[in-house]
Amino acid sequence: MLRYVLRRLLEAIPVMLVIITGTFFMQRFVPGGPFTAEKAVTPEVQRNLEAYYHLNDPLWKQYVDYLWDLTPKRFHPLALTDGLDLKEAFGIDFRPSFKYPNRTVNEIIADKLPVSLELGMISLGVALVIGLPLGILAAVRRNSWIDYICSSVAMTGICVPTFVLGPVLVLGFAIHLGWFNASGWYGPIDRVLPSLTLGSVYAAYIARLTRGGFLEVLNQDFIRTARAKGASESRVIFRHALRGGLLPVVSFLGPAVAGILTGSFVIETIFQIPGLGREFVNSAFNRDYTLILGTVILYAGFIIVLNLVVDVVQVWMNPKLKFE
Amino acid sequence: MIIRSSLRAAFLALTLGGAFLGGGCSRRSAPAAAAAAPAQVLRMGNSAEPQDLDPQTVQGVPELNIVLALFDSLVEADPHDLHPVPGQAESWEISPDGLTYTFHLRAGLSWSNGEPLTADDFIQSYRRILAPAFAAEYSYLFYYVKGAKEFNEGTLTDFAQVGFRAPDARTLVVSLKQPTPFLLKEIACHYAWDAVPVKTIARFGPLEQKGSHWTRAGNLVSSGPFQLKDWTPNKRIIVVRNPHYWDAGRVRLDQIEFYPIDDQNVEERMFRTGQLDLTYDFLPNKLDAYRRDHPDELRVDPWLGIYYYNFNVTRPPFTDARVRRAFALAVDREELVRDVMRGGQTPAYAVSYPGVSGYAPRARLEGGVAEARRLLAEAGYPEGRGLPPIELLYNPNQEYNRSVAEAIQAMWRKNLGVAVALTNQEWKVYLDSMQTGHYQIARAGWIADYADPNVFLEIYATGNGNNYTKWSNPEYDRLLHQALLATDESARYACYQQMDAILVRECPVIPLFYYTKTYAKKPSVQGWWPTLLDEHPYKYVYIQN
Repeated sequence: MLRYVLRRLLEAIPVMLVIITGTFFMQRFVPGGPFTAEKAVTPEVQRNLEAYYHLNDPLWKQYVDYLWDLTPKRFHPLALTDGLDLKEAFGIDFRPSFKYPNRTVNEIIADKLPVSLELGMISLGVALVIGLPLGILAAVRRNSWIDYICSSVAMTGICVPTFVLGPVLVLGFAIHLGWFNASGWYGPIDRVLPSLTLGSVYAAYIARLTRGGFLEVLNQDFIRTARAKGASESRVIFRHALRGGLLPVVSFLGPAVAGILTGSFVIETIFQIPGLGREFVNSAFNRDYTLILGTVILYAGFIIVLNLVVDVVQVWMNPKLKFE
Repeated sequence: MIIRSSLRAAFLALTLGGAFLGGGCSRRSAPAAAAAAPAQVLRMGNSAEPQDLDPQTVQGVPELNIVLALFDSLVEADPHDLHPVPGQAESWEISPDGLTYTFHLRAGLSWSNGEPLTADDFIQSYRRILAPAFAAEYSYLFYYVKGAKEFNEGTLTDFAQVGFRAPDARTLVVSLKQPTPFLLKEIACHYAWDAVPVKTIARFGPLEQKGSHWTRAGNLVSSGPFQLKDWTPNKRIIVVRNPHYWDAGRVRLDQIEFYPIDDQNVEERMFRTGQLDLTYDFLPNKLDAYRRDHPDELRVDPWLGIYYYNFNVTRPPFTDARVRRAFALAVDREELVRDVMRGGQTPAYAVSYPGVSGYAPRARLEGGVAEARRLLAEAGYPEGRGLPPIELLYNPNQEYNRSVAEAIQAMWRKNLGVAVALTNQEWKVYLDSMQTGHYQIARAGWIADYADPNVFLEIYATGNGNNYTKWSNPEYDRLLHQALLATDESARYACYQQMDAILVRECPVIPLFYYTKTYAKKPSVQGWWPTLLDEHPYKYVYIQN
């Protein structure tokens, strides 16, 4: 297994390189730049600005310089416990942001990622707590009214987008009932509405996938054998069917967790949460070259790692698979 | 001033369930967070996360709102009409030729850390903003000062030759290249002229390094009524009273909190739950509901800005002034303001804002649709026949940009028989298209930095970087130059009258309407008067419980 993980990590290097190269050059070919503003700057000022940010160097040189700044140069993972500073820990320097000159991209990530992680974790918890029982219940009581209710709830969850659900929750619970703030990220109580909003969408998917996975497993011979041997219904479900039934959920969770952890632009905007999702989207609108690259690289890293985790977990859960 | 606008606002305004929450606004008791707040705290929506708080590098309105609380200027703005009143300078003299300004600083001025604030701080600040290596966007504001442009371009390296002198710690002398009659107004309203704490900045790195850590909470040293207490990006900025401010006795607020909320729906919901006392902006679709249910909370203030369309005069058919004028005359501005904008805007029949600093343009787009049709026929396109395909470019940042474009498209079709296609582009793409001349007609807006007719008229000078029309008129340039040399106001305004007349005749732009600033404000916020620039000196503001 170690060999398999190492090989996958090595394979990730060229993937990352392609992503970085693609992003680096694509953003430069988009019209407008970080200093494009409604009020034009004078040519002298424009020249001064470009010199200040080394944007007047040849593009290839800027690319090579940037790659060098990104290359890990040390290994002190313990430094990460003292704030998520990738420069301190690995010598990875994402450089200062163009839009927010007094913050480096490393700092922005270190500030915002924990917020997105917190929101993501809670939402994921909400999603699993709601989604799994709904899905299992629906599968076990297939084609009964319980199934229809569970499936309808799940379908509604998929269909109602977060930008509708969020404001509706705020309208009901914050404005009419006055139980919560309309927006903000101050006390623990401010976590409730956003994680409910974000979690419910994932809960809906998880419920659908769980139901599907379970139905497939419950039809298989080994389940019939277990029942024939007189195993109780709960033993059949939790002992025999659970592992196989959750396989589709696990493969869904890989990319979903990457998305949920790097933040949700819509949720963060509705609830004014200082997370990474807004930076990710807004950096593109702002042509904040370094912040675009930083967030893209982080997101790509998450996806690569989480997909790897999913693959490992799947081999563990599914006896038909092996590390190869 | 830049209108801070971004696609996300538009995108979300469209999507974030405005429709679901529109209409009735029920009122409930505020949640605990709001009720527990101390009395003299002002909580403001502030649109976007500020780029920085260094008055010499920032540009947008959200930054301005915070910088106004933190930094004081030589000359302050009156809270009612923003006319210059003594600030850090208790008095000043202007030489008879209008070329030398001598400011006398108050005794005992100091920074928020207690260090004395002297005339030399101003000189060092201006050296910093003009240093080529510092690349400050607003350095051009100083180009009226002797030697400033040359120093900023690097052709002059000795700062002693730039027109700033400090004969003693309390006297600052500014020597100009040409009389600049609006200089005091500019100093009163533009933070680029504020002194920055150079000694503090130097502790955090080279003076010419942008974004050193001096602007962070705990480091930032200010000169205004407030000092920085907390800055959590994308969450809030808190400023508290500065005991070292020279006029600290007048300041009544204990604390101001700025919330960077970029979505107007969110902002309005926070206002309703009592989390905000003031919003930054307001949703047009909620105007009617507020007018009906909470007229005391809705504010519609005049705003010194104009919404207009640019013509690219290098592209046919708009090389012909008659065609431009026909398009300008065929727009029904009253209808636009009444049925599309609905926010109390004033129709614009000329470029200059009527009544700014005692100036009102006499020139006016007149003749209406009949004249428009006649001009179009005279130019060789009767009833619009023979015109090449025409495209109108706009940015969808604000939802009303689209509505305005669609309304005008319909007016041109009905009144001129011309079919115009609409194109929208993402904010920076749109700016790039406009700045590189890849357009025929494009939406534009301009908000004044200071209250003087010059702000709108100087744009159309030949070679002005903001003149995206590429229109050029030697007579116009001559008049602008002459106006700046004029030492008395009536002579200067006479030049402006002629310039406005040229703009109405030649129509490089289509003036559409003058902006209003709409926002929601709790009635408890007092000492907050409508000012043309939407600037509200905080030292006069207080909460009436």
